[in-house]
Amino acid sequence: MKSSLPFPLSRLGLLAVAALAFAACTRQPDTIKLGHYGSLTGKEAAFGVATRKGVLLAIEEINLKGGVLGHPLEYLVEDVQSKAGESATAVKKLISRDKVVAVIGANASANSLEAAPICQNAKTPMMAISSTNPRVTEVGDYIFRICFIDPFQGAVLGKFAHDSLHAKRVALLTAVNSPYSVGLSDVLRQDFTARGGEIVAEQKYAEGDKDFRAQLTAIRTAKPDVIAATGFYSEAALICIQARALGLDVPIIGGDGWEAPQLIELGGKAVEGTYYSTYFSAENNAPEVRSFVERYRARWGGEVPEAVSALGYDAVYLIVQAMKKIGTTDGPKLRDAIAATKNFPGVTGQTTIDEKRNSTKAAVMLAVKNGRTGFFESVTP
Amino acid sequence: MAEFLQQLLNGLSLGAIYALIALGYTMVYGVLRFINFAHSDVFMVGSFIGYYAGKLVPENTIWGGLIVLVISMVGCAILGMTIERLAYRPLRGAATLNVLIAAIGVSLLLEYSGQVFFGAAPRTFPALFPSINFSVGGLVLSTNQLLVIVVTTLLMVALQFIVHRTKIGTAMRAVSLNPKAAQLVGINIDVVISFTFALGSALAAAGGILYALNYPSIDPLMGVMPGLKAFVAAVLGGIGNIPGAALGGLILGVVETFVNGSQWSTYKDAIAFAILIIIMLFRPAGLLGKFTIEKV
Repeated sequence: MKSSLPFPLSRLGLLAVAALAFAACTRQPDTIKLGHYGSLTGKEAAFGVATRKGVLLAIEEINLKGGVLGHPLEYLVEDVQSKAGESATAVKKLISRDKVVAVIGANASANSLEAAPICQNAKTPMMAISSTNPRVTEVGDYIFRICFIDPFQGAVLGKFAHDSLHAKRVALLTAVNSPYSVGLSDVLRQDFTARGGEIVAEQKYAEGDKDFRAQLTAIRTAKPDVIAATGFYSEAALICIQARALGLDVPIIGGDGWEAPQLIELGGKAVEGTYYSTYFSAENNAPEVRSFVERYRARWGGEVPEAVSALGYDAVYLIVQAMKKIGTTDGPKLRDAIAATKNFPGVTGQTTIDEKRNSTKAAVMLAVKNGRTGFFESVTP
Repeated sequence: MAEFLQQLLNGLSLGAIYALIALGYTMVYGVLRFINFAHSDVFMVGSFIGYYAGKLVPENTIWGGLIVLVISMVGCAILGMTIERLAYRPLRGAATLNVLIAAIGVSLLLEYSGQVFFGAAPRTFPALFPSINFSVGGLVLSTNQLLVIVVTTLLMVALQFIVHRTKIGTAMRAVSLNPKAAQLVGINIDVVISFTFALGSALAAAGGILYALNYPSIDPLMGVMPGLKAFVAAVLGGIGNIPGAALGGLILGVVETFVNGSQWSTYKDAIAFAILIIIMLFRPAGLLGKFTIEKV
């Protein structure tokens, strides 16, 4: 590389770089810097790359409309390479060297947990994308998340069973050794009984179990209108097969732990007429989602946005809206403004930041029909 | 009442699978006085052979299913003989503990080689046999569950016949009684022991296929839990005793199902093993086992 350039040209290149750097330096006060860290390479790269595309789209749109408070946004991204230990370094660099006003990321809770204390100490607001571990926002009052946390889906499922499936009697099937499943069932039970419904059977299993006929036979005796299986897809598929075999033809519902192609591959015909909740569906017919999907596809060569792309997109707009409201990018004030967000109209639904700095927003219910999953409806508990 | 009968039926069909795996454990123990811990992993290999062979035959046909069953049983019989030749024969005559450790080693080798070759993610087992659900007076039973009960009964009878009525069976019992004396009267113990492993592994393969038909999600660690339960079933019934293994399997399956359908489902394994301990306290040789005093 070095020797392939003739001397004057490389000199010129150097000059150009220097000039650019100088220009960047002089332009510095004019831009508002947004930092983003995530895994753009390594085993979790799929999430990081999809998030980046959503974040970039939002920043480009905002800049086209004249930026924020008269300044364009500047996007700074750090790749944490799906490795432990990288997030802390990346965020330190973004905050102390690049002087970003807010940090977006990460996807994996492990990465967010590493970066959160640094953002907290620097009083720089951080907006986690898809880190659902409750501990992430417990690090401090500068740490937020744009996704809802796992148990929140319990309330979504409770409302869906009651209002959309018109269920009066729900049977719960919980994976006792999975905190995810237990949390979901707890919230579902509270929410559904608060709506006047009745939990007619509560059965348990352990992850890795393959035989659910005993639990399902007991559930069958209780005659539920809906069965909620709050664990993961591999057990959920077997539960559906065995429930159908036992003549239980009622709808079976679950959370985003069901979201995997194996659900239909394993469950086959038995998973027809099942529903599960998730963050986002590109098939949602709401006008704001349709328009976002079109813009995203136009920008990224026809790719369909993932849930994390939509979350990244919303994260930028939510932070920008807070900046516009207070007219400054000062850390503590920005934090207060983000914390006070109510009914922010995002593409992933109306977002409100609660007192624990988690997002509450609409979830999307997907239905399995004719061997594929499709958008069913959007549910705001 | 309908629930009780349905649970009993569920329990019997689960128990039949445990019984089928337990037959292999008990037979090898009966001849060699040694617990082949790799048995549950041969069971896993059996269902993976069925998975790959199942792609070559049309689904939902009886002949296709039977061909896959035979391929898998032959494949596992060869695997069983290979394991015996490479891992156990060099240790013959050494302390029982050495062979036991070797068996655990083979078990781990199969499990983790399985993760390398087949991948750790669960696979969907094809529907080999046509499956229909019967419903009689609110009781539901599928042909796959029925198949398990029928095949287990047939194999148990066949095994009893082979061990007690055939020449090779007589040789097996002779080796079991006293290997040295058996050799002296002209029995080739290498052949007999190889045959025992082939038979046991073929049983494991049949178990693997039937298990995967009922629970069509297979992975390289799928044998661990059913293997442990089947081992308990074999001990419960009296290890080395063929009808005992079947009885132990059925008891374990029924107990587990009833606990699972109750509020204490979290404790299902604890209760199953507690029953084992209690039975061992009162009948140390198992339900059908004969207690023999070891001469020192």
